[in-house]
Amino acid sequence: MTRILLMGNPNVGKSALFSRLTGVQAMVSNYPGTTISYTRGHMKLGEETAEVIDAPGTYTLEPTSEAEEIARKLLDSGDIVINVVNAINLERNLYLTLQLLERGIPTVVALNLWDDTKHRGVDIDLEKLEKALGVPVIPTVAVTGQGVKELAENIPRATSPPHPPTTRDQRWVTIGKIIEQVQQIRHRHHTWRERLEDASVKPVSGGFIAIAILAASFFVVRFIGEGLINYVLDPLFNTLWAPVLSWLSNLMGGTGFLHDIVIGKLIDGEVDLVQSFGLLSSGLFVPFGMVLPYIISFYFVLGILEDTGYLPRLAVLMDTIMHRLGLHGYAIIPNLLGLGCNVPAILATRILESKRERFIAATLISIAVPCAALQAMIFGLVGARGIGYVAIVYGTLFIVWIILGIILNHTVKGFSPELLIEIPPYRFPPWRTVGQKLWFRTYGFLAEAIPIILGAILVINVLYILGVFDAIANFTAPVVTGLLGLPKEAVTALVIGFLRKDVALGMLAPLALSSGQLVVGSVVLAMLFPCIATFVVMFRELRWLNMLKAVGVMIVAALVTGGILNLIL
Amino acid sequence: MRRHMHGFGGRFKPEANLVTLAQLKSGQSATVVDIQGGRRMTDRLNALGIIPGKKITKTSAMLMRGPVTIEIDRVEVAIGFGMANKVMVKPDRVP
Repeated sequence: MTRILLMGNPNVGKSALFSRLTGVQAMVSNYPGTTISYTRGHMKLGEETAEVIDAPGTYTLEPTSEAEEIARKLLDSGDIVINVVNAINLERNLYLTLQLLERGIPTVVALNLWDDTKHRGVDIDLEKLEKALGVPVIPTVAVTGQGVKELAENIPRATSPPHPPTTRDQRWVTIGKIIEQVQQIRHRHHTWRERLEDASVKPVSGGFIAIAILAASFFVVRFIGEGLINYVLDPLFNTLWAPVLSWLSNLMGGTGFLHDIVIGKLIDGEVDLVQSFGLLSSGLFVPFGMVLPYIISFYFVLGILEDTGYLPRLAVLMDTIMHRLGLHGYAIIPNLLGLGCNVPAILATRILESKRERFIAATLISIAVPCAALQAMIFGLVGARGIGYVAIVYGTLFIVWIILGIILNHTVKGFSPELLIEIPPYRFPPWRTVGQKLWFRTYGFLAEAIPIILGAILVINVLYILGVFDAIANFTAPVVTGLLGLPKEAVTALVIGFLRKDVALGMLAPLALSSGQLVVGSVVLAMLFPCIATFVVMFRELRWLNMLKAVGVMIVAALVTGGILNLIL
Repeated sequence: MRRHMHGFGGRFKPEANLVTLAQLKSGQSATVVDIQGGRRMTDRLNALGIIPGKKITKTSAMLMRGPVTIEIDRVEVAIGFGMANKVMVKPDRVP
């Protein structure tokens, strides 16, 4: 089967074009480095079916990061390249184009963001560009789909004209000559959008904009999340599902092995959706009633932030602080993604250049960045004791994030490179992309979390009945009770935290903890062992040795922080 | 023999009107003249088209040795302070 590769600089719209060509949804955002692995799809190429691969963006074939390395390796396996080029910035984009042509692989150029050229004052002579490069050049607007049909029709025309390998300087000279022939720049005045762009990376105005955007994001996430819980999911569960469970519980006699697994334990003679811990009670209420609303609200807001192009600007503002943590500003993006789910966050550390940065970032994320599922439970359970306690949990995790980062920066060998990123123009978020991404991520949560949640609850009940937890609880009592000040049964939650953090925090609910204990429990749970999915991805990205180091740091940090909190609260 | 002591890839000879990108004033345009960094840094800057002879305009600079933002061929690029400090530019004459 013919294999078509979409190659190009970061953030030129490869993923959007990929979705248009194949109908397969790929994550699209307005910042360089959204695609850190590759996505595969298919399209019709005349009579036959061709495989299409959406590669991570790269500026050159001399890779400077992991994601770029992946792109370069993919190139060896491709038959045809669609080189996606940013029409606004031919000068730099053509560098990769020339490198691709030197490789002698049949290429067709998609001149994307074509609609922007008019109001950005860029005139490109398509015919001359085709002649200069020797390959077909098709103007496209991936977001709207304009030109995509023409591009598909022109794929068979992809050719590999002779471009002998040359030096870096010579390439720039060639590009200079091409630009002189094909491109004209008209002078134009600054628009209000550009003024806003400038203001967001200036020290004072940028700081205010950042605070305003982050505060607004937080309130919108909370508003939508709580709104969904109070007006949709709580009423649904309480009026429709709870009566069914009561009826079923009565039918099953209110107790017994099967009853405990399916319905759970009765709390004061009633089925409790949070505390009962049966498959049909907590097993459904935790993911759908408590976590899902926040997954939806968080990813809705994150999607908008991603698509406007604000995140790279936040990276610029955060750069000085992030340097103290041994990272540079761009590491703020994986950390923010971690507030949704640690798995994609740790994968996203591939946009960082050095192994050292990736180790520090992955360790910090897995320890001090709580995922949306856990946060939803923190809001639900800790928030019921007063918003002040929620603030203590977040404040503690933030302080841990900072202090741990500083420590890692001083102890991990090697050096961290400097920030060097392209900042995309602001764009009004295309609602189609925002909606698709929200669906993509919400579905991903449901598909991955629900089976594990149900499995975890089943395991919990069986282990409980078998008395395994009692044995563990007695064994770990000195640490859990002595150091953390929690009842010894709380260890079951810490163990289950390895499967799912949201379920684990739910397990603290029936223990009648004081508010202080609940805070300690939440913080330790957030910091101690990442859930199994995060564990697997950390292992894959960091390998054994670094993984073990990260786990060591994690255990020490969690116990120290928990112990200190226990003393204070 | 002494001039060989200065190792690292062609040390820069001071010239009257050259400044680093970090020193350039916000809003000013300039031409990149030299990049005084190692191979890795030159590679990364090259990838973004920041090479000697290129015209740029500095958009802004963060406080406390924060990154510098420049406009190059209609694209905004943010460069860490340490790196910006090693990019020598020749400011355009202000009319």
